[in-house]
Amino acid sequence: MFPELNNLLNTTPDRAEQGKLTLLCDANTDGSFLVHHFLSFYLKANCKVCFVALIQSFSHYNIVGQKLGVSLTVARECGQLVFLEGLKSSVDVFFRAQAEPHPLQFLREANAENLQPLYEFVREALKPVDDGEAAWRCPVLLVDDLSVLLSLGMGAVAVLDFIHYCRATVCWERKGNIVALVHDSGDTEDEENNILLNGLSHQSHLILRAEGLPTGFCRDVHGQLRILWRTPSQPTTQRDRSLTYQYKIQDRSVSFFAKGMSPAVL
Amino acid sequence: MAAAATCGTGAGSTGSMVAAGGKNNVTSFQRRGPRASGSDSSYSRLVSIAGTRPSVRNGQLLVSTGLPALDQLLGGGLAVGTVLLIEEDKYNIYSSLLFKYFLAEGIINGHTLLVASAKEDPADILQELPAPLLDDNVKKDFDEDACNHKTAESNIKMKIAWRYQLLPKMEAGPVSSSRFGHYYDASKKMPQELIEASKWHGFFSPEKSSSTLNIEPCSLTHGYIKLLQFIQNIIYEEGFDGSNPQKKQKNILRIGIQNLGSPLWGDDICCTENGNSHSLTKFLYVLRGLLRTSLSACMITMPTHLIQNKAIISRVTNLSDTVVGLESFIGSERETNPLYKDYHGLIHIRQIPRLNNLIYDVSDVKDLAFKLKKKLFTIERLHLPPDLSDTVSRSSKQDLAEPSKLLGPGCGVMAGGKKHLDF
Repeated sequence: MFPELNNLLNTTPDRAEQGKLTLLCDANTDGSFLVHHFLSFYLKANCKVCFVALIQSFSHYNIVGQKLGVSLTVARECGQLVFLEGLKSSVDVFFRAQAEPHPLQFLREANAENLQPLYEFVREALKPVDDGEAAWRCPVLLVDDLSVLLSLGMGAVAVLDFIHYCRATVCWERKGNIVALVHDSGDTEDEENNILLNGLSHQSHLILRAEGLPTGFCRDVHGQLRILWRTPSQPTTQRDRSLTYQYKIQDRSVSFFAKGMSPAVL
Repeated sequence: MAAAATCGTGAGSTGSMVAAGGKNNVTSFQRRGPRASGSDSSYSRLVSIAGTRPSVRNGQLLVSTGLPALDQLLGGGLAVGTVLLIEEDKYNIYSSLLFKYFLAEGIINGHTLLVASAKEDPADILQELPAPLLDDNVKKDFDEDACNHKTAESNIKMKIAWRYQLLPKMEAGPVSSSRFGHYYDASKKMPQELIEASKWHGFFSPEKSSSTLNIEPCSLTHGYIKLLQFIQNIIYEEGFDGSNPQKKQKNILRIGIQNLGSPLWGDDICCTENGNSHSLTKFLYVLRGLLRTSLSACMITMPTHLIQNKAIISRVTNLSDTVVGLESFIGSERETNPLYKDYHGLIHIRQIPRLNNLIYDVSDVKDLAFKLKKKLFTIERLHLPPDLSDTVSRSSKQDLAEPSKLLGPGCGVMAGGKKHLDF
């Protein structure tokens, strides 16, 4: 996790909030550093994490996690982390018929209606253990990323239904959190992606949006991060709070600064 | 704006970074930074697989794309287990050349090749690979080239655009006995004995489509399903995924897929806007899954300029690791534009992956142009940003001009070594 981002979000691993849906969004840049942040944050906060990693392999997250101070292999062995490696499992699902329903079953089907097997997997992974062993603080579902599900043949409505079911189980029933990454395609007319993004934006409590600089590439400022706090359930009598920072990604951390206040310029 | 201010220093650090990532023997340009000497010792360790080297940044295993200039821009080479997507230029001239360089590099290094095409028989593609430039021929020819330029343009010294003289060249010329990345002569064909000594598998889509389908019908088109099964068979049978532990020598599988997404594969995304929009993306996803779990690297050329539904292009980009776009000037109004007269096209590095890392090796140079000379494919920087640094004075530039020795012409002008720059 990045300490500077924790300060901006006003959280620490000890006081992590519960029952929240956080939406990570990236436009014209790579927002995966936010996924690494939340993964290490919740592992340090002693939460049980179910990570649906559809876009990169386990070793990628593990190596970056080690730079940020968490070991995914240890977490997986002791049961704190349930890792669904999308790329590796897709090969298994696609080439060999599986005996029982696999979370990525929709890869084999021509017209998969919904993501129910994936939801069952998540529900099973985040089931509270009853035998009184090391109780984790709260269940967390982390998805990287949801736009890939659209590329794999699911409709935007199916993905929204999946998140809705997960929210009902994880956020409301078990008082956990969900963090999901969605790409913002910008001006390319990806309608399904826009539906998904808008639908999730309305449901989330916290939106972190990483954008590339409108002026183009810069070596010292890699992008701009917009943080938006929302209260989806209450009527918006008060304005949602929003902050904008610019950031630079380094080898082991990300530094944030106010717009125009990059250390390279000052 | 921050962008302009830092670009002035960008040239200096690019130079030292480029030198550090370059060869461990004699290079054609002098290093500027002290960083390069420290990294030389790491390359003297033997790599266990021929034709690969570990990345400087994260130890990732890299293979050469067949074009050393492109390797530099991609941070040292193509990482094993990733997909390089080439967005084809309009008439598929230069992208097929890059495809051939990739395959030729595989033959020279002794890698196993898997060539998939719907247009040409893979055996024919292999017959037309360019011949490698060997060191002794190369020096001779290159000196000839340099001499020609010298006589023609020796009178033209950089008077106005003197900053271009100071730039370190992208790998314009061949380096003696380089083990990673070779140069190819596009005018000659690869010797027959090298092709026959190599191990390759071909997938020609019209031939394979007649056999039966033993997989459930999912939304992938027929040609893609057959190709995925073929690739998976080769990976499994030849042990690239580690399933045959008794194999004595590990090797890399180079997969080259040509014109993916074109109608010849049975996909209609290039014909209509509401075609089968998930077939290609599903294919790429499963392909990447296969690559991540095996010792292979893949280059795909795709006619993205023909794809009607622009949303698919952004999805395909997100599903690939490295994306390079080629834009040739043939047939466009840029052909007669004096700005571009020395070049054949532009090359855009659209995406570079962050593998096992938060950061990645991104080149500062964003506007790149390529040209295909008689034998070599060179990539050069098209423009220099304005120099806004504080010490813009003639005396400081003279000191820098001495140690940087440039090989070959830059922007059509011959650069000397210790010439004084007078205005």
